[in-house]
Amino acid sequence: MSMKTSTRQVDGVTIVDCSGRITLGEGSVILRDIVRDLLSKGNKKILLNLGDVSYIDSSGIGELVSAYTTVKNQGGELKLLNLTKKVHDLLQITKLYTVFDVKEDEAQAIKAYH
Amino acid sequence: MTGQRESYTLDSTLDCVDSAESAASRIATEAGFDQDAVMQISMAVREAAVNAVLHGNAYDPDKKVKVEFERTSSDLVITIRDQGKGLDPEKIPDPLAPENLLKTSGRGIFLIRSFMDEVQIHPSKSGTEIKLVKHVPGKPGDSKEVSQ
Repeated sequence: MSMKTSTRQVDGVTIVDCSGRITLGEGSVILRDIVRDLLSKGNKKILLNLGDVSYIDSSGIGELVSAYTTVKNQGGELKLLNLTKKVHDLLQITKLYTVFDVKEDEAQAIKAYH
Repeated sequence: MTGQRESYTLDSTLDCVDSAESAASRIATEAGFDQDAVMQISMAVREAAVNAVLHGNAYDPDKKVKVEFERTSSDLVITIRDQGKGLDPEKIPDPLAPENLLKTSGRGIFLIRSFMDEVQIHPSKSGTEIKLVKHVPGKPGDSKEVSQ
């Protein structure tokens, strides 16, 4: 199953609901393109909802890091929401869990941008 | 299952990486590993296959990736060979070092080592061979060691 995304706006925050696999190739490219597109439209508060992401490989992790630094470098904020256990464990062992701002509740995540 | 061997010769494409991952998942499941271990094994194979296709063979259509699965009484042994220039494991930066944490690549070998019980990397001028070993639960020799 390849990656799918849909976006919605809540209180000035763009929530990107992601599902499927973020892996080398299509999944990583989709994530990269959507973040670039949002930034080009001035949407700099981005919340990646990874609740339905079943799998992520090292390239997908790299793409998350790239998204995080790209948004940050443009004065925005990128946070992660609803990590599955697999993704949570991967971010833990790669020491990235403390780099990302990870949220478990959407409403709390939205508040954290304000 | 003891002593069973399966091997695949794959093109240097991302579709073949998916094939190697699927085969690893099926074989690990058949070998009796639990769901978490199956995920670890299939991900390690995926990362090794990506390295072979991307960094080893550089998507060269004339170069192949050979993946071999062998089930012994105590281990699942997976060997992945490419026909690239040879990966020097000594030159792989530590992805956990503070200066590398925000790099967008360089975590594949680290994840492989994290997920498997033994990892041996044999670079040569004719390509790189990486051998991955996962001990079957409850069988002898389940101490963790990493060597190159």
